[in-house]
Amino acid sequence: MSVRHALLALLSEGPKYGLQLRDEFEARTGDVWPLNVGQVYTTLQRLERDSFVESDGSDEPGPQKHFRITTAGSSELSTWLRTPSDTAPPRDELVIKVLVALRVPGVDVSELVQSHRRHLIELMQRYTRLKEDAAEDDLALTLVADAEIYRLDSVIRWLDSADARLKRRPRSTPRDAGTLAPTVASEPQPTRARR
Amino acid sequence: MTGLLELRQVSKVYGAAPNEVHALRAVDLSVPAGELVAIMGPSGSGKSTLLTIAGSLEEPSAGEVLVNGSAFSTMSRNDRARMRRRTIGYVFQDFNLLAGLNAVENVSLPLELDGVGIKAARAAGLEALEQLDVAELAARFPDELSGGERQRVAIARAVVGDRRLLLADEPTGALDSINGEAVMRLLRAACKNGVAGIVVTHDAQLASWADRVVFLRDGHVVDQTAPPPGPESLLEPTRRT
Repeated sequence: MSVRHALLALLSEGPKYGLQLRDEFEARTGDVWPLNVGQVYTTLQRLERDSFVESDGSDEPGPQKHFRITTAGSSELSTWLRTPSDTAPPRDELVIKVLVALRVPGVDVSELVQSHRRHLIELMQRYTRLKEDAAEDDLALTLVADAEIYRLDSVIRWLDSADARLKRRPRSTPRDAGTLAPTVASEPQPTRARR
Repeated sequence: MTGLLELRQVSKVYGAAPNEVHALRAVDLSVPAGELVAIMGPSGSGKSTLLTIAGSLEEPSAGEVLVNGSAFSTMSRNDRARMRRRTIGYVFQDFNLLAGLNAVENVSLPLELDGVGIKAARAAGLEALEQLDVAELAARFPDELSGGERQRVAIARAVVGDRRLLLADEPTGALDSINGEAVMRLLRAACKNGVAGIVVTHDAQLASWADRVVFLRDGHVVDQTAPPPGPESLLEPTRRT
């Protein structure tokens, strides 16, 4: 998963310390995505180098260093949330994007889900066309196209159900949400069961 | 390009205030001859309403529907009924074939109802069945046909004669995946022959057979797919999965 973008999402709520980011990250993802503090600081240093975050205090990384997201960082986060992969993404990448989007102020998650749904269906149309144009006796090509179509279909179905759950959830601000995945955490935890 | 089917700012409201339900809100949609469009959306998004209004089975609360350049609102009741019989074909999830008629009689029935002589209607019915590669089913009755075969006959009935607009509501709902695919191939073939088609579905696999997928949400068109760029690059060895 993209630790960079998860940290940017946490910082989009307001400035935070490195240790705080680690604790919040872990608290909100349970033990699914353990993160050591070194990884947090390395990632923060790279984000700072790329001008996506800025810090105050000393030059040395440490627990008292305060980080905040920059305009470029917010823009990077927003772009990442909306960027489809060149090919069908692994399901988990989309799960992460939707979970992160729930935390980021000002993101219309439903619209985000739709943009990924559209992209996946466009990909599916291309595989369907491949199947349609395949010679009748080209069983191998048909089977390959089917395999991709069914995989894309399962991701689209997940998006559909995510969308339906989002529509039903009570309105709350991102800060009220207790975890990175407020809707998932109160459900039978389907994303965790899959891993 | 003017579509064979044009929906202009079409809205549909059921009930009265304060309990009115806005099924469609200012929907614009243009479907040219030769294009198959899938309408996708969750339950209650307005997709079936859109189909019944496009087929003149229901009137919009506001806006205009044109088929082949003629606005439903300017037609008499009889003209609209004629348009439904002659120009528009419907395919339903449960086929709606008449049990007492064999396949070719079912297919030619709309023409006979429209005043075409039995012989000519039957010839057109056979031609439609041939077009869909199911001419051998002509003499069989619905209860002698499998689900997939029934739907093929139902599609033949929807395109018989000079139908220009094909409207299908979850046409593969009751079929297994192979038969469902066969039905979609037929709908595409019909569109390639110059018919404008709309398929309403919540099934992405079904929708992926369409040239264009339009997304409805709460009665609004919220998005649509871009024209597919072609499958060339899909199976390169460097493909990331």
